[in-house]
Amino acid sequence: MIRIANGQGFWGDSLEAPVHLVRRGPLDYLTLDYLAEVTMSILQKQRARDPKTGYARDFVDLIARVLPDLKERRVCVIANAGGVNPKACCEAVLETARRQGIDVRVAMVRGDDIMDRLDDFLKRGVELNNMETGEPLSAIRDQVRSANAYLGAFPVAEALGRGAEIVVTGRVADPCLALAPMIHEFRWERGDWDKLSAGIIAGHTIECGAQSTGGNCQVDWETIPDMADIGYPIVEAEPDGSFVITKHAGTGGRVNLDTVKEQLLYELGDPREYITPDCLANFTSIQLAQVGPDRVRFSGIKGRAATSFYKVSISYSAGYKAIGSLVYAWPDAYKKARAAEKILRQRLDRLGLRFDHIRVEFLGANACHGIAAAEPTSAAEPLLNEVVLRFGVRGENRAAIERFTREIPPLALNGPPVVSGLGSGRPQVEEIIAYWPALLAKREVQPEVTVWPSES
Amino acid sequence: MAKRKLIELAHARSGDKGDMSNIGLIARKPEYYPILVREVTAERVKQHFAGVCLGKVERFELPNLGALNFLLHQALDGGGTVGLKADPQGKTYSSALLRMEIDVD
Repeated sequence: MIRIANGQGFWGDSLEAPVHLVRRGPLDYLTLDYLAEVTMSILQKQRARDPKTGYARDFVDLIARVLPDLKERRVCVIANAGGVNPKACCEAVLETARRQGIDVRVAMVRGDDIMDRLDDFLKRGVELNNMETGEPLSAIRDQVRSANAYLGAFPVAEALGRGAEIVVTGRVADPCLALAPMIHEFRWERGDWDKLSAGIIAGHTIECGAQSTGGNCQVDWETIPDMADIGYPIVEAEPDGSFVITKHAGTGGRVNLDTVKEQLLYELGDPREYITPDCLANFTSIQLAQVGPDRVRFSGIKGRAATSFYKVSISYSAGYKAIGSLVYAWPDAYKKARAAEKILRQRLDRLGLRFDHIRVEFLGANACHGIAAAEPTSAAEPLLNEVVLRFGVRGENRAAIERFTREIPPLALNGPPVVSGLGSGRPQVEEIIAYWPALLAKREVQPEVTVWPSES
Repeated sequence: MAKRKLIELAHARSGDKGDMSNIGLIARKPEYYPILVREVTAERVKQHFAGVCLGKVERFELPNLGALNFLLHQALDGGGTVGLKADPQGKTYSSALLRMEIDVD
């Protein structure tokens, strides 16, 4: 049996969780997910300014904190912290280790970054049409900011097989970070589709951190113990593909059928074929059993052969947006917020400003649930203590968006009464980075594994 | 037949994929699952999210988990970073679905 934890559900998750996972109980592998889709374009921008950047700096800070513990407890780390510059990330980790006088074997997995190959693909007729709309990539070629294929678990397992204690990757499909140590330790192979699918489902269950250990859980949420010290999820994996989801003893949170099922359903498409680079996992085959306090056992998992494509995520610049907010207080908060909306629309019209899209929401009245929440009743409406008018605009013309932001602050003085501007001044104009999902034949991508210090 | 709010019979979690929202609906007790299958159809969910979900609604069954998975197409104002919603990823659609009233024997 091996223990694999996830200590980072996204870049920006708890800085303490990975430290607690390493120090507060037995563990063999720590996985960390830093890359949201938006992250790649930010990192690409950073690298363009400074070629030594472009990776998750937080990861290097974490390694500096826990490296002695990792060595003492023999915990290996697998992180997609490399972003668009895994080599620089590895060098920073190695430099950190050198400064602490600790020898550590670091591996890099890359080959996912296809940014510099796009024109070659297009020239050779390798299409990267939008999977959802069918549009050709040429429609946005000039606006592309990053382009990465989602690699699978096998190159990461290869790195572990070559003795790596820390594996830094670029884009790897999230659940594959946890599958990789199972492939390595249990000698699973391509063709072991059921076992690979089990590893993928284990990875899916822990990839969002505490979202499987009681975080964001709707069942009995008020009684979930010690949320302040919530334990992050751990897979206890067996060679036959069965596993238990648990957390360290003495930590807060809860692992039961409810918390685990909610995470299983999270961001799920067709449950019969959850598509990954390594297999198609079947979520309708999972058998769950509570086998102890904070312990849920998974078994019976089935899966099928992987497709011959990698999924590719391309980010591109798609115009600008700004969102202004104003708070209206009792009495008649909702009525005032709606009046302010009308005034603002009239002013934007008179200025001749045109936008691709305007969206208005009333926080406190019905913003989250839309029509399902229904309008506040005429009896309830006057009782609302406050309502936030949230007015968003989007368009290609930055100047028009900029001009819109100047129309929000005046409403504090020249519109309906008892209003506050949330103290944040005028709204910021943001560049929109959009996503272009595509498929790329696996033969076009060669994952590459490098280990330091070199093995020769 | 009595009317019950879905939140008494089920819990849920929602997330995003592009401009599509997924809502996982999970029976609180095994005996509630057939009621969910019968009552919470794709058509009813489409109706419940009128004005929010502009595309089709797909439904998948996971009897092993006592759960249904719904995919709401064109439900996130363009999706992710493009949309202008306060809840750009539809994270609150889970409890929006639980407001639905259904018939229970």
